[in-house]
Amino acid sequence: MRLENKVALITGGTSGIGEAVAEMFAREGAKVAITGRNESRGHAVTARILEAGGQAVFLRTDVRKAAECQRAVDETLRSFTRLDILFNNAGVFFPQTALECSEEEWDLQIDINLKGTFLMSKYALRPMITQGSGVIINNSSGWGLVGGDKAVAYCASKGGVVLLTKAMAIDHGRQGIRVNCICPGDVDTPMLPEDARLRGLDWKTYLSGCENRPLGRIGTVDEIAKAVLFMASDDSSFMTGTALVVDGGGIAD
Amino acid sequence: MPLAEKTKGQLSGKIAVITGAASGIGRATAMLFAREEASVVLADTKADAVKHVADEITQAGGRALFEAIDVTSAAECRQLVEHAIREFGRIDILFNNAGIIRRATVLDLSEEDWDRVMEVNVKSIYLLSRQVIPHMQKAGSGTIINTASGWGLAGGAKAAVYCASKGAVVLLTKAMAIDHGPQNIRVNCICPGDTNTGMLREEAKQLGEDSNRFLAESAKRPLGRVGTPEEIAQAALYLASDASSFVTGTALVVDGGGLAGSI
Repeated sequence: MRLENKVALITGGTSGIGEAVAEMFAREGAKVAITGRNESRGHAVTARILEAGGQAVFLRTDVRKAAECQRAVDETLRSFTRLDILFNNAGVFFPQTALECSEEEWDLQIDINLKGTFLMSKYALRPMITQGSGVIINNSSGWGLVGGDKAVAYCASKGGVVLLTKAMAIDHGRQGIRVNCICPGDVDTPMLPEDARLRGLDWKTYLSGCENRPLGRIGTVDEIAKAVLFMASDDSSFMTGTALVVDGGGIAD
Repeated sequence: MPLAEKTKGQLSGKIAVITGAASGIGRATAMLFAREEASVVLADTKADAVKHVADEITQAGGRALFEAIDVTSAAECRQLVEHAIREFGRIDILFNNAGIIRRATVLDLSEEDWDRVMEVNVKSIYLLSRQVIPHMQKAGSGTIINTASGWGLAGGAKAAVYCASKGAVVLLTKAMAIDHGPQNIRVNCICPGDTNTGMLREEAKQLGEDSNRFLAESAKRPLGRVGTPEEIAQAALYLASDASSFVTGTALVVDGGGLAGSI
């Protein structure tokens, strides 16, 4: 097991990539705390982990709120006594041009995707610095590196996540803390059919567009989880400040 | 670690070809891949040293063979691939890792040195990949990992041809990923920062600098140290294994944060 005796805090752990990471980390021996806003989905994930013999807690958290982020870190420490890995994964996406995106929708995407990463890191860094070690992995996107259509706030937030990652890597490397991000391409999460619906495209047409990349398919949440596991484990001990692209070659061109 | 300690290696049953396998990152990767139960085919110009690595692996219970070849020769690349196919029947993983460095500005760099660095660092990837890819196509899958460098993404002083060659490796990687993704062949590169290998000390020598001072300077990065060959090998393992099954056309930076402040 690659994360034995580690404690991981995973935001947006109730579905999609966060859920897959929580389950994979637990299988690799980590104790996991997951956050989310949907209580019943959160408890369903922790129940599955507990049933399989792992340790998990659900912490209802809105990552836009500093006090709730602080509480999520405190509760994790109270449950599991330490914090080794933070996976900032909570994110939302609305397909909109600058003309279509309302100020409220802009704020929502920036606050969850980017400010939430800042707030969670701010509170998680303190125990990590005390321990003298820690790993932060942020979920960015291929669209944090290149632009995309109808995605102004999402691109801005994810581009922000890439550079926040690098800035934190520079600040905290000497304290033994590694900070990296992953940049997934299109993956089989609930976000994908939701995007198709909001764009008014039928699923088949939308999916064939997503599959148009060198590997000819979309990714699975497990494939992204394996990248996060690599970043979280000691196998990546010389990696910090990087953006790991996991996208079937989507942005190779 | 003895091979028996693990239940099933991450590369169990795979065949891996590794160039520049006699020392540094190539050697560490050969040892790690073998520990993860791959059969390894090692290439290097340094006959004694590459034989020694193969012997070490064999003595630990692994499967290894070697060819003392120059990867800038198309004929010798063919010889290597034929040997691998004859022995193991297929090739799942190609690690194009052979590389050299010349620390000089364009003014101080001879044409011969320009050609040699470009041949070893870039052309060899083209020559060997075109021998290996048809076998991967036949098998329906494969993964190619190229050793680029942080200096394939950002410039460095007195390293003109090295930067040019490694920049070429990064984009050759992406171009090959686009061409061969539909055949289920993944192509990625690693961009190591300064790593504790013979090449690092060779750089100090070429620059006429004191080796210890040069190494201390190399450690100036967020993690405050240079990397180990084993840490780069772990990145190669990630890209070689099924753990990276949705990763292609990427440049994986493994540099202790050295480039976090660069474009």
